Amino acid sequence: MPDTRYTHPAIVLHWLMAVLLMALFSLGIYMHDLPLSPDKLKLYAWHKWAGVTAFVLVLLRLAWRVGHQPPPLPAAMPGWQKAAAHGIHQLFYLLMVAIPLTGWLMSSAKGFQTVYFGILPLPDLLAKDKELGELLETVHKVLNLSLAALVVAHVGAALKHHLRDRDEVLSGMLPFLKRKS
Amino acid sequence: MKAIRLALTALLLASRSVHAVEFNHFVAEQSSLQFVSRQMGVAVDGRFRRFSVKLAFDPARPAVAKAQLELDLASVDAGSPDADGEVVGKPWFNVKAFPMATFVSKAIRPLGGDRFELSGKLTIKGRTHDVSAPFVFRQEGDNGIFDGAFVLKRLDFGIGDGIWSDVSTVANEVQIKFHIIAAPAAASK
Repeated sequence: MPDTRYTHPAIVLHWLMAVLLMALFSLGIYMHDLPLSPDKLKLYAWHKWAGVTAFVLVLLRLAWRVGHQPPPLPAAMPGWQKAAAHGIHQLFYLLMVAIPLTGWLMSSAKGFQTVYFGILPLPDLLAKDKELGELLETVHKVLNLSLAALVVAHVGAALKHHLRDRDEVLSGMLPFLKRKS
Repeated sequence: MKAIRLALTALLLASRSVHAVEFNHFVAEQSSLQFVSRQMGVAVDGRFRRFSVKLAFDPARPAVAKAQLELDLASVDAGSPDADGEVVGKPWFNVKAFPMATFVSKAIRPLGGDRFELSGKLTIKGRTHDVSAPFVFRQEGDNGIFDGAFVLKRLDFGIGDGIWSDVSTVANEVQIKFHIIAAPAAASK
Protein backbone atom coordinates (compact mmCIF):
# COMPACT_ATOMS: atom_id res chain seq x y z
CA MET A 1 0.00 0.00 0.00
CA PRO A 2 1.52 3.34 -0.99
CA ASP A 3 2.12 5.97 1.66
CA THR A 4 -0.82 8.36 1.83
CA ARG A 5 1.14 10.97 3.74
CA TYR A 6 3.29 13.83 2.58
CA THR A 7 6.86 13.93 3.92
CA HIS A 8 7.41 15.98 7.08
CA PRO A 9 9.35 18.81 5.39
CA ALA A 10 6.58 19.08 2.76
CA ILE A 11 3.93 19.32 5.51
CA VAL A 12 5.89 21.92 7.47
CA LEU A 13 6.54 24.02 4.35
CA HIS A 14 2.89 23.77 3.28
CA TRP A 15 1.47 25.05 6.56
CA LEU A 16 4.19 27.62 7.14
CA MET A 17 3.46 29.10 3.74
CA ALA A 18 -0.31 28.85 4.21
CA VAL A 19 -0.08 31.04 7.31
CA LEU A 20 2.51 33.38 5.80
CA LEU A 21 0.63 33.88 2.52
CA MET A 22 -2.65 34.60 4.28
CA ALA A 23 -0.91 37.16 6.51
CA LEU A 24 0.81 38.72 3.48
CA PHE A 25 -2.44 38.87 1.54
CA SER A 26 -4.38 40.53 4.37
CA LEU A 27 -1.54 42.94 5.12
CA GLY A 28 -1.23 43.83 1.44
CA ILE A 29 -4.92 44.70 1.16
CA TYR A 30 -4.93 46.62 4.46
CA MET A 31 -1.76 48.67 3.94
CA HIS A 32 -2.52 49.66 0.37
CA ASP A 33 -5.23 52.20 1.22
CA LEU A 34 -3.58 53.71 4.31
CA PRO A 35 -2.62 57.39 4.19
CA LEU A 36 1.14 57.91 4.28
CA SER A 37 2.47 57.63 7.83
CA PRO A 38 5.45 56.05 9.62
CA ASP A 39 3.20 53.04 10.29
CA LYS A 40 2.50 52.66 6.60
CA LEU A 41 6.24 52.68 5.84
CA LYS A 42 6.75 50.03 8.53
CA LEU A 43 3.94 47.82 7.20
CA TYR A 44 5.28 48.07 3.66
CA ALA A 45 8.75 47.11 4.87
CA TRP A 46 7.35 44.15 6.84
CA HIS A 47 5.27 43.06 3.86
CA LYS A 48 8.38 43.09 1.68
CA TRP A 49 10.47 41.18 4.22
CA ALA A 50 7.73 38.56 4.64
CA GLY A 51 7.39 38.42 0.84
CA VAL A 52 11.11 37.72 0.42
CA THR A 53 10.77 35.00 3.08
CA ALA A 54 7.86 33.46 1.14
CA PHE A 55 9.95 33.57 -2.02
CA VAL A 56 12.82 31.72 -0.31
CA LEU A 57 10.37 29.18 1.17
CA VAL A 58 8.73 28.45 -2.18
CA LEU A 59 12.13 27.86 -3.75
CA LEU A 60 12.97 25.42 -0.92
CA ARG A 61 9.60 23.82 -1.43
CA LEU A 62 10.12 23.41 -5.17
CA ALA A 63 13.55 21.91 -4.54
CA TRP A 64 12.03 19.44 -2.05
CA ARG A 65 9.15 18.65 -4.40
CA VAL A 66 11.56 17.74 -7.22
CA GLY A 67 13.12 15.04 -5.07
CA HIS A 68 9.98 13.85 -3.24
CA GLN A 69 6.81 12.81 -5.00
CA PRO A 70 3.58 13.60 -3.16
CA PRO A 71 1.38 10.63 -2.22
CA PRO A 72 -0.71 9.38 -5.15
CA LEU A 73 -4.29 10.60 -5.45
CA PRO A 74 -6.99 8.10 -4.47
CA ALA A 75 -7.52 5.53 -7.21
CA ALA A 76 -11.27 6.12 -7.02
CA MET A 77 -10.90 9.74 -8.17
CA PRO A 78 -12.26 10.43 -11.68
CA GLY A 79 -9.65 11.35 -14.27
CA TRP A 80 -10.87 14.93 -14.71
CA GLN A 81 -10.58 15.57 -10.98
CA LYS A 82 -7.03 14.23 -10.97
CA ALA A 83 -6.19 16.46 -13.90
CA ALA A 84 -7.79 19.46 -12.19
CA ALA A 85 -5.88 18.72 -8.97
CA HIS A 86 -2.56 18.57 -10.85
CA GLY A 87 -3.38 21.72 -12.79
CA ILE A 88 -4.30 23.66 -9.66
CA HIS A 89 -1.13 22.57 -7.87
CA GLN A 90 1.00 23.65 -10.82
CA LEU A 91 -0.79 27.01 -10.85
CA PHE A 92 -0.13 27.34 -7.12
CA TYR A 93 3.60 26.91 -7.64
CA LEU A 94 3.56 29.34 -10.55
CA LEU A 95 1.74 32.00 -8.51
CA MET A 96 3.82 31.45 -5.41
CA VAL A 97 6.91 32.27 -7.48
CA ALA A 98 5.37 35.00 -9.64
CA ILE A 99 3.74 36.96 -6.81
CA PRO A 100 6.86 37.74 -4.76
CA LEU A 101 8.76 38.31 -8.00
CA THR A 102 6.26 40.93 -9.22
CA GLY A 103 6.33 42.52 -5.76
CA TRP A 104 10.11 42.80 -5.91
CA LEU A 105 10.07 44.16 -9.48
CA MET A 106 7.27 46.60 -8.62
CA SER A 107 9.26 47.93 -5.71
CA SER A 108 12.30 48.49 -7.94
CA ALA A 109 10.24 50.15 -10.67
CA LYS A 110 8.70 52.47 -8.08
CA GLY A 111 12.19 53.49 -6.96
CA PHE A 112 12.31 51.63 -3.66
CA GLN A 113 14.96 49.00 -3.34
CA THR A 114 13.99 45.94 -1.29
CA VAL A 115 16.33 45.59 1.68
CA TYR A 116 15.63 42.32 3.51
CA PHE A 117 15.12 43.11 7.22
CA GLY A 118 16.66 46.51 6.50
CA ILE A 119 20.05 44.78 6.22
CA LEU A 120 20.39 42.72 3.05
CA PRO A 121 19.80 44.73 -0.13
CA LEU A 122 18.28 42.81 -3.02
CA PRO A 123 19.45 43.99 -6.42
CA ASP A 124 17.07 46.24 -8.34
CA LEU A 125 16.31 44.22 -11.47
CA LEU A 126 14.46 47.17 -13.01
CA ALA A 127 15.28 50.85 -13.18
CA LYS A 128 12.83 53.37 -11.80
CA ASP A 129 9.88 53.71 -14.19
CA LYS A 130 6.55 55.08 -12.98
CA GLU A 131 4.31 53.48 -15.63
CA LEU A 132 6.02 50.12 -15.32
CA GLY A 133 5.65 50.34 -11.53
CA GLU A 134 1.92 50.90 -11.85
CA LEU A 135 1.58 48.07 -14.35
CA LEU A 136 3.44 45.69 -12.04
CA GLU A 137 1.21 46.79 -9.17
CA THR A 138 -1.84 45.75 -11.19
CA VAL A 139 -0.20 42.45 -12.14
CA HIS A 140 0.72 41.81 -8.49
CA LYS A 141 -2.89 42.47 -7.47
CA VAL A 142 -4.45 40.29 -10.20
CA LEU A 143 -2.08 37.41 -9.42
CA ASN A 144 -3.00 37.69 -5.73
CA LEU A 145 -6.71 37.63 -6.44
CA SER A 146 -6.12 34.57 -8.62
CA LEU A 147 -4.22 32.96 -5.77
CA ALA A 148 -7.09 33.71 -3.38
CA ALA A 149 -9.55 32.09 -5.82
CA LEU A 150 -7.26 29.09 -6.07
CA VAL A 151 -7.07 28.81 -2.27
CA VAL A 152 -10.88 28.74 -2.09
CA ALA A 153 -10.96 25.90 -4.65
CA HIS A 154 -8.10 24.12 -2.83
CA VAL A 155 -9.73 24.30 0.60
CA GLY A 156 -13.11 23.34 -0.84
CA ALA A 157 -11.63 20.32 -2.58
CA ALA A 158 -9.70 19.24 0.52
CA LEU A 159 -12.88 19.42 2.63
CA LYS A 160 -14.88 17.58 0.01
CA HIS A 161 -12.29 14.79 -0.01
CA HIS A 162 -12.39 14.55 3.77
CA LEU A 163 -16.08 14.96 4.46
CA ARG A 164 -17.77 13.49 1.41
CA ASP A 165 -15.33 11.13 -0.23
CA ARG A 166 -13.91 10.16 3.18
CA ASP A 167 -10.50 9.51 1.66
CA GLU A 168 -6.93 10.21 2.84
CA VAL A 169 -6.25 13.37 0.83
CA LEU A 170 -6.59 15.91 3.66
CA SER A 171 -5.12 13.68 6.36
CA GLY A 172 -2.05 13.23 4.15
CA MET A 173 -1.26 16.88 4.84
CA LEU A 174 -2.48 16.78 8.46
CA PRO A 175 -0.52 14.13 10.38
CA PHE A 176 -2.67 14.53 13.47
CA LEU A 177 -5.87 13.91 11.52
CA LYS A 178 -5.79 10.14 11.10
CA ARG A 179 -8.69 8.64 9.26
CA LYS A 180 -10.02 5.56 11.08
CA SER A 181 -9.95 2.74 8.63
CA MET B 1 70.84 81.52 -18.64
CA LYS B 2 69.59 83.82 -15.92
CA ALA B 3 67.58 85.73 -18.49
CA ILE B 4 65.94 82.57 -19.72
CA ARG B 5 64.98 81.57 -16.20
CA LEU B 6 63.53 85.03 -15.58
CA ALA B 7 61.60 84.89 -18.80
CA LEU B 8 60.24 81.45 -17.90
CA THR B 9 59.20 82.66 -14.47
CA ALA B 10 57.49 85.66 -15.99
CA LEU B 11 55.73 83.42 -18.48
CA LEU B 12 54.62 81.08 -15.69
CA LEU B 13 53.28 83.98 -13.64
CA ALA B 14 51.53 85.38 -16.67
CA SER B 15 49.93 82.05 -17.49
CA ARG B 16 48.81 81.72 -13.87
CA SER B 17 47.14 85.08 -13.95
CA VAL B 18 45.44 84.15 -17.20
CA HIS B 19 44.09 81.01 -15.56
CA ALA B 20 42.85 82.87 -12.52
CA VAL B 21 39.29 82.96 -13.76
CA GLU B 22 36.35 83.79 -11.61
CA PHE B 23 33.35 81.52 -12.07
CA ASN B 24 30.24 83.48 -11.31
CA HIS B 25 27.55 82.59 -13.79
CA PHE B 26 25.28 79.79 -12.56
CA VAL B 27 24.20 77.33 -15.27
CA ALA B 28 20.87 76.08 -13.91
CA GLU B 29 20.03 73.54 -16.64
CA GLN B 30 23.13 71.46 -15.99
CA SER B 31 23.26 71.76 -12.22
CA SER B 32 21.54 69.41 -9.82
CA LEU B 33 20.66 69.22 -6.16
CA GLN B 34 19.89 65.71 -5.00
CA PHE B 35 19.31 64.05 -1.67
CA VAL B 36 19.17 60.55 -0.29
CA SER B 37 16.82 59.80 2.58
CA ARG B 38 16.60 56.47 4.38
CA GLN B 39 13.18 54.91 4.91
CA MET B 40 13.15 51.67 6.91
CA GLY B 41 16.81 51.19 6.03
CA VAL B 42 16.21 51.79 2.33
CA ALA B 43 18.00 54.63 0.55
CA VAL B 44 15.51 56.67 -1.47
CA ASP B 45 16.71 59.20 -4.05
CA GLY B 46 15.15 62.62 -4.32
CA ARG B 47 15.97 65.98 -5.84
CA PHE B 48 14.94 69.61 -6.17
CA ARG B 49 13.98 70.89 -9.58
CA ARG B 50 14.21 74.65 -8.96
CA PHE B 51 17.03 76.45 -7.25
CA SER B 52 19.35 79.30 -8.04
CA VAL B 53 22.93 79.93 -7.07
CA LYS B 54 24.87 83.17 -6.92
CA LEU B 55 28.55 82.58 -6.73
CA ALA B 56 31.96 84.07 -7.25
CA PHE B 57 34.72 81.50 -7.16
CA ASP B 58 38.30 81.72 -8.30
CA PRO B 59 40.16 78.52 -7.41
CA ALA B 60 43.33 80.57 -6.94
CA ARG B 61 41.65 82.85 -4.39
CA PRO B 62 39.19 80.74 -2.35
CA ALA B 63 39.45 83.15 0.59
CA VAL B 64 37.35 85.73 -1.23
CA ALA B 65 34.98 83.25 -2.87
CA LYS B 66 31.27 83.44 -2.12
CA ALA B 67 28.20 81.33 -2.74
CA GLN B 68 24.49 81.75 -2.08
CA LEU B 69 21.66 79.35 -2.71
CA GLU B 70 17.95 79.92 -3.00
CA LEU B 71 15.91 76.76 -3.12
CA ASP B 72 12.25 76.45 -4.01
CA LEU B 73 11.15 73.70 -1.62
CA ALA B 74 7.89 73.04 -3.50
CA SER B 75 9.99 71.79 -6.43
CA VAL B 76 10.88 68.67 -4.46
CA ASP B 77 10.84 65.21 -6.00
CA ALA B 78 10.89 62.98 -2.93
CA GLY B 79 10.94 59.71 -4.84
CA SER B 80 7.24 58.87 -5.19
CA PRO B 81 3.97 60.74 -5.82
CA ASP B 82 2.87 59.78 -2.30
CA ALA B 83 5.97 61.31 -0.75
CA ASP B 84 5.86 64.42 -2.97
CA GLY B 85 2.41 65.24 -1.65
CA GLU B 86 3.52 64.59 1.91
CA VAL B 87 6.81 66.48 2.20
CA VAL B 88 5.46 69.89 1.14
CA GLY B 89 2.97 69.69 4.02
CA LYS B 90 3.13 71.21 7.47
CA PRO B 91 5.11 68.50 9.32
CA TRP B 92 7.84 68.54 6.67
CA PHE B 93 8.81 71.65 4.67
CA ASN B 94 5.57 73.56 5.31
CA VAL B 95 6.05 75.34 1.98
CA LYS B 96 3.03 77.60 2.51
CA ALA B 97 4.76 79.31 5.42
CA PHE B 98 8.37 78.69 4.32
CA PRO B 99 8.57 78.42 0.53
CA MET B 100 12.32 78.94 0.26
CA ALA B 101 15.42 77.48 1.83
CA THR B 102 18.59 79.52 1.68
CA PHE B 103 22.28 79.01 2.13
CA VAL B 104 24.83 81.79 2.54
CA SER B 105 28.50 80.94 2.55
CA LYS B 106 30.80 82.19 5.27
CA ALA B 107 34.09 80.70 4.14
CA ILE B 108 35.60 78.53 1.45
CA ARG B 109 38.79 76.91 2.54
CA PRO B 110 41.28 74.99 0.37
CA LEU B 111 41.83 71.36 1.42
CA GLY B 112 44.66 70.80 -1.04
CA GLY B 113 44.60 69.92 -4.70
CA ASP B 114 41.17 70.39 -6.22
CA ARG B 115 39.39 69.94 -2.90
CA PHE B 116 37.77 72.69 -0.88
CA GLU B 117 35.45 73.06 2.05
CA LEU B 118 32.41 75.26 1.93
CA SER B 119 30.86 76.43 5.17
CA GLY B 120 28.02 78.77 5.90
CA LYS B 121 24.51 79.18 7.19
CA LEU B 122 21.63 77.06 5.99
CA THR B 123 18.09 78.22 6.69
CA ILE B 124 15.12 75.91 6.28
CA LYS B 125 11.69 76.42 7.84
CA GLY B 126 12.93 79.54 9.59
CA ARG B 127 15.70 77.68 11.39
CA THR B 128 19.34 78.48 10.71
CA HIS B 129 22.26 76.16 11.32
CA ASP B 130 25.94 76.13 10.37
CA VAL B 131 26.75 73.49 7.81
CA SER B 132 29.92 72.64 5.95
CA ALA B 133 30.51 70.50 2.92
CA PRO B 134 33.67 69.36 1.21
CA PHE B 135 33.61 69.70 -2.54
CA VAL B 136 35.77 69.02 -5.56
CA PHE B 137 36.25 71.73 -8.13
CA ARG B 138 37.25 70.99 -11.69
CA GLN B 139 37.15 72.75 -15.00
CA GLU B 140 35.55 71.26 -18.06
CA GLY B 141 35.89 73.41 -21.14
CA ASP B 142 35.14 76.93 -20.01
CA ASN B 143 32.91 75.89 -17.15
CA GLY B 144 33.70 75.21 -13.55
CA ILE B 145 32.10 72.19 -11.87
CA PHE B 146 31.51 71.91 -8.15
CA ASP B 147 30.72 68.46 -6.77
CA GLY B 148 30.07 68.11 -3.09
CA ALA B 149 28.03 66.34 -0.47
CA PHE B 150 27.20 66.61 3.20
CA VAL B 151 24.86 65.07 5.71
CA LEU B 152 22.05 67.13 7.14
CA LYS B 153 20.08 66.18 10.24
CA ARG B 154 16.49 66.85 9.24
CA LEU B 155 15.23 67.28 12.81
CA ASP B 156 17.66 70.19 13.36
CA PHE B 157 15.39 72.06 10.97
CA GLY B 158 12.13 70.56 12.16
CA ILE B 159 11.72 68.64 8.89
CA GLY B 160 9.33 65.81 9.70
CA ASP B 161 7.66 66.93 12.93
CA GLY B 162 5.23 65.02 15.11
CA ILE B 163 4.73 61.36 14.18
CA TRP B 164 7.51 61.66 11.62
CA SER B 165 10.11 62.57 14.23
CA ASP B 166 10.49 58.82 14.79
CA VAL B 167 13.92 58.34 13.17
CA SER B 168 13.57 54.54 13.08
CA THR B 169 11.26 54.84 10.07
CA VAL B 170 12.75 57.89 8.34
CA ALA B 171 16.36 58.42 9.37
CA ASN B 172 17.43 61.77 10.78
CA GLU B 173 20.43 61.86 8.46
CA VAL B 174 19.76 62.99 4.91
CA GLN B 175 22.60 63.11 2.44
CA ILE B 176 22.66 66.20 0.22
CA LYS B 177 24.58 66.06 -3.04
CA PHE B 178 25.21 69.11 -5.17
CA HIS B 179 26.53 69.31 -8.70
CA ILE B 180 26.83 72.97 -9.64
CA ILE B 181 28.01 74.23 -13.02
CA ALA B 182 29.20 77.80 -13.35
CA ALA B 183 30.48 79.66 -16.36
CA PRO B 184 33.26 82.22 -16.06
CA ALA B 185 32.29 85.86 -16.21
CA ALA B 186 32.79 87.29 -19.69
CA ALA B 187 34.65 90.30 -18.26
CA SER B 188 37.33 88.30 -16.47
CA LYS B 189 38.32 86.31 -19.56
